[in-house]
Parts: sequence; structure tokens; C-alpha cells
Amino acid sequence: MTKKNKKLKNFGWYALFVFPLLFIFATVVLIPFLIGVGYSFFSWDGLPLNPKTFVGISNFTKLFSDSRFLSSAVHTVIFTLVAIVTINVLGLGFALVVTTKLKVRNLARTMLFMPYLIGGLILGYIWKFIVGDAFAAIGEATGWGGIFTNWLLDGKLALAAMVVVATWQMAGYIMIIYITGIQAIPDDVIEAAQVDGAGFWQTLLKIKFPLLMPSFTICLFMTLSNCLKIFDVNLSLTGGGPQNATEMFAMNIYNEIFSLNNYGYGQAKAIVFFLVVALVTLVQVSITKKREVEM
Amino acid sequence: MKAGRKILVNVIVIVLCALFLFPIYLVIVNSFKNRSELYENIMALPSKLSFEYYGNAMEKMDFLRSFGNSLIVTIVSILFIVLFASMTAWMLVRSNNFFSKLIFNLLVATMLIPFQTLMMPLMQEMGWVRDTLHIPMLDTLGGLIYMNIGFGASMAVFLYHGFVKSVPVSLEEAAQIDGCSKLGIFFKIVFPMLKPTTVTVAILDVIWIWNDYLLPSLALSSKANRTIPLSTAAFFGQFTIQWNMAMAGLTLTIIPVIIFYLCAQKYIIKGVAAGAVK
Repeated sequence: MTKKNKKLKNFGWYALFVFPLLFIFATVVLIPFLIGVGYSFFSWDGLPLNPKTFVGISNFTKLFSDSRFLSSAVHTVIFTLVAIVTINVLGLGFALVVTTKLKVRNLARTMLFMPYLIGGLILGYIWKFIVGDAFAAIGEATGWGGIFTNWLLDGKLALAAMVVVATWQMAGYIMIIYITGIQAIPDDVIEAAQVDGAGFWQTLLKIKFPLLMPSFTICLFMTLSNCLKIFDVNLSLTGGGPQNATEMFAMNIYNEIFSLNNYGYGQAKAIVFFLVVALVTLVQVSITKKREVEM
Repeated sequence: MKAGRKILVNVIVIVLCALFLFPIYLVIVNSFKNRSELYENIMALPSKLSFEYYGNAMEKMDFLRSFGNSLIVTIVSILFIVLFASMTAWMLVRSNNFFSKLIFNLLVATMLIPFQTLMMPLMQEMGWVRDTLHIPMLDTLGGLIYMNIGFGASMAVFLYHGFVKSVPVSLEEAAQIDGCSKLGIFFKIVFPMLKPTTVTVAILDVIWIWNDYLLPSLALSSKANRTIPLSTAAFFGQFTIQWNMAMAGLTLTIIPVIIFYLCAQKYIIKGVAAGAVK
């Protein structure tokens, strides 16, 4: 066999293995991304017969005076900041409990992880019942109207409900990642600290937490990107209401495109959304990576 | 005394975990109650087990049909993702040239793109394919499966890529000397060794595809094609006032997930941990 023939044959094998996936990936992700960048410079109402007008960067400058978009950004930031704290505190707490020598630790882990599997849309519906009508009914029966009212009718409480549901969904998932980190800490390090007279809190804060930095990096990345992109829970729990008080980034884009039919403008928002998510998560990873200690 | 305290701690932990799952309890008990019973005491057990609402909910959601659709979409998508991604990852690692690096980096970089950035142009493109090339990409399960493969590609290749790098190449070389073709080497030797990653990929993709709402809601329009999340959303929109009926519908959708979880718990937790840490 000549050298050229062999090269051709190798290329054939390469194409056979790589091409099917690459073709599908290109048509589903790459091409739409590029088309999407193009659309963001046009004004178009989504109807095929209507003209697409080139408007340059005016879609992007318009964003800064779009009060509904800006307030959706504010909701997303508040929601994300609060949810990151609650999810990680709860997840880490769970992980510390189920890595002790308790007899029920496996059962506890099984139960705590369960909500994550059910999926955001269904979870939102479950909680819509609870913090809505169920809370109102409990409030009427007990007279504790302060907490037990229909949370979904009040903007701030509805946003709090979003945090509760996101925490309920993600805490068990984050717990799994922390468990992996805690189990990777060698026992002799902990024992050595205890021999040296370190108490429970000292061991936790001075030994376990620094060694858990890689887990913090992953968990913060996961919660940050999931919270910024939240959509399903938003749709099923509050639908963005009351009066758009809980409309997040992702839902604002969805509504701009598919409800208000501003395809070009909505796509410009979607591009900005991508840039924000990419930038924030990359910055976060590079910051926490620096704080990891070598073992 | 110490043993007694230990038991007490165990009991407290389990009670707290049970409280954590209290919402699921509420959904299930209220699916059996009639309207007046429901509003009388939301937390109480039902006075009798009537499956009236379940029958109704199953019929109105067309539950069996959408369950079947979800099953087909999830299984077929994952088979293709596993097959194509493992082949691609293996080739990318074993022929470490400029193109391999480019393709791998491209796949990884696009993992940061949110779905909302792609949804509108993707639907435009698929609409164009349908109208111009007459390939039915929209409102067909096949079209949805195709798009799932595209969205699942990056993560799967990333996971396989990491694993293939740790597999020694000597076994493959020996097989090549024995006259085995590349396809033979891959399917007889490499693919079986990738099993741990295959399990991880499959678990992560089941959770994602089974629960996915937004993509199916854009790609499928006719009632007959609805997956479970779509029929739940349609049903819930119709029966928000009739909570007992809505709760019966939700219980129906949760039960398969819980059964799956209890059967494959060990793999699910391992898979999720492995998928996140890499």
C-alpha cells in the first residue's frame, strides 16, 4: 500500500468516526448560534413574508432603556445571589451530616437527593399548590396570616418562593458534589488535627473547608450557571407574575421573541444573555481556582 | 446513655429528611380527596382512597401516549449520543492532530451557550429544512431526537474524552497487528472498557431529556406527539382550579421517576457525582 493511499484510508476512518456527531452538532448548535448573531442586528416580527430590516446595533442600545428587561435582570441577580447561598449552605450541611457515621446516612442521602430528579417544571407545579392555595388555606385555618398567605400574589414573596423551590431542587444535587469532596479528604489529616487538640469547629473551618475548595469551585459554578439560566421553575411556579415581578432573564427573552414577536430584538437580548452567563461563570471559576490549595 | 443519644440523633435526622419531602406527601394525599375535604385540612390523610381523579387525569393527559413518547425520545436519543460521542471522543484522542484539538475545544466552548440563545434561530433553521429539503424536522419525535443529540454531544464527548485518555493504547495496537479494523477495535475492545462513562452519560441524559420542557415545547406542536412534561403543562393549565385532579396528574408523572430512582439509585448518585466533578 502506498503512503498516500494509507493516508486517505486513515482520513476515511477519521471521518467515519467523527463526522456523524460533528454534522449534527454543527446543524443544531453552531449554525443556529451564527444565524442568531446575524438576527440580532435586524428588526423582524417573525412572519416569513414580512421584511427583515437591518438596524445595526440599535437592538443592543435599546436594551439599556428597556425597563422590563432591566428589572428582569435585577430579579435574576437578586434571585441568583440569595439562591446560591441557600443552596450551598443547605447542600454542604446535608453533605456533612450524611458523611458522619450515622446508621441512617444512606437513607438520608437517598431522600435528600430525590427532588433533583423530578425536574423543574413539575417541581414548580407542586410548589404552586403549596405556597399558593395550600398556604392560604392553612392561614385561614390557623389564623397565622403573616406567613401563610398566598405567596404568589405578592411580588417579593413570589421571588422568595422561587428561591425556596430552586433550593429544594438543587440542594440534594450540590450535596452529592460536596460528599465526593469530603470523602476525598484523607482520614489521617483529620485524625492528626484531632490529636493536636482541634475541636469540631476548628477541624471544620481550618482543615475541611480549605481542602474542599475544589468542591466549592464546582458547586458555585453549577449553582451560578443554573440560577442565571433558570426557566422551567419560573414558568410553572409564577409564570413571571404577579405583574412581571418575578420575570427572570431567560423568561424575558422567551416572551420578547415568542409573545411580543420581536424576533430581532429578542435575539439581541439572547446574545447579551450568553455573554453575561459566559463572563460571570468564567470569572467565578478563575477566582475560586486561585484559592484552591494543593494537597 | 450514649447508645440512647445515638438513636435519638438518627431519629432526628430521618424526621428532618421526611419533612424535606413533605411537599411530595402533600401532592399524594390531596390527589385522593374531594374538593371540600381538600380545603378542610390540607395536611390530613384522605378519608378514603378514591382513584376517581387518577382515571380522569390519565385520560385527559393521554398519559400512556405521552409516557410512550417520552420513553422513545429518551431512549433513542441516548443510544445515539452514546454511540456517536464515544466514537468521536476515541478518534479525537487517538489522532491527536490540529483538527482534533479544534473540534474538541469547539465542543467544550459551546457548553456555555444557554439554550435561549439558540432556540429561535434553531427553529428557523429547522423550519427551513422542513420547507426546502422536505425533511420533517418539526413536530416529529425524530426531529426532537436529532436536536437532543446535538445538544447532548458536547457534554458526552467531554466525559468520554477524559476517560479515553486514561485507557492504555497497547491493547488496541496488539489488536491492530492481529488485523482488526478500526471498527472492530472500537466495538470489541474500546467500547466495553468505556462502560463507567457510558453509565454516567446515560444517567445525566435521562435526567435532562426526560424532564426537558422548553425544546420539546418549541419543536412539537400536535397533541399526539406530547412528551410527559408537555402533557403535564397542558393539563395543569387546564385544571389549576381543580387541585385534586392536578395533584393526581402530578403524582402520575412523579411515580415513574421515583421507581427509576429506587431501582438505579446507586448508578444515579455515582453518575451525577462523576458528571459534575469532571
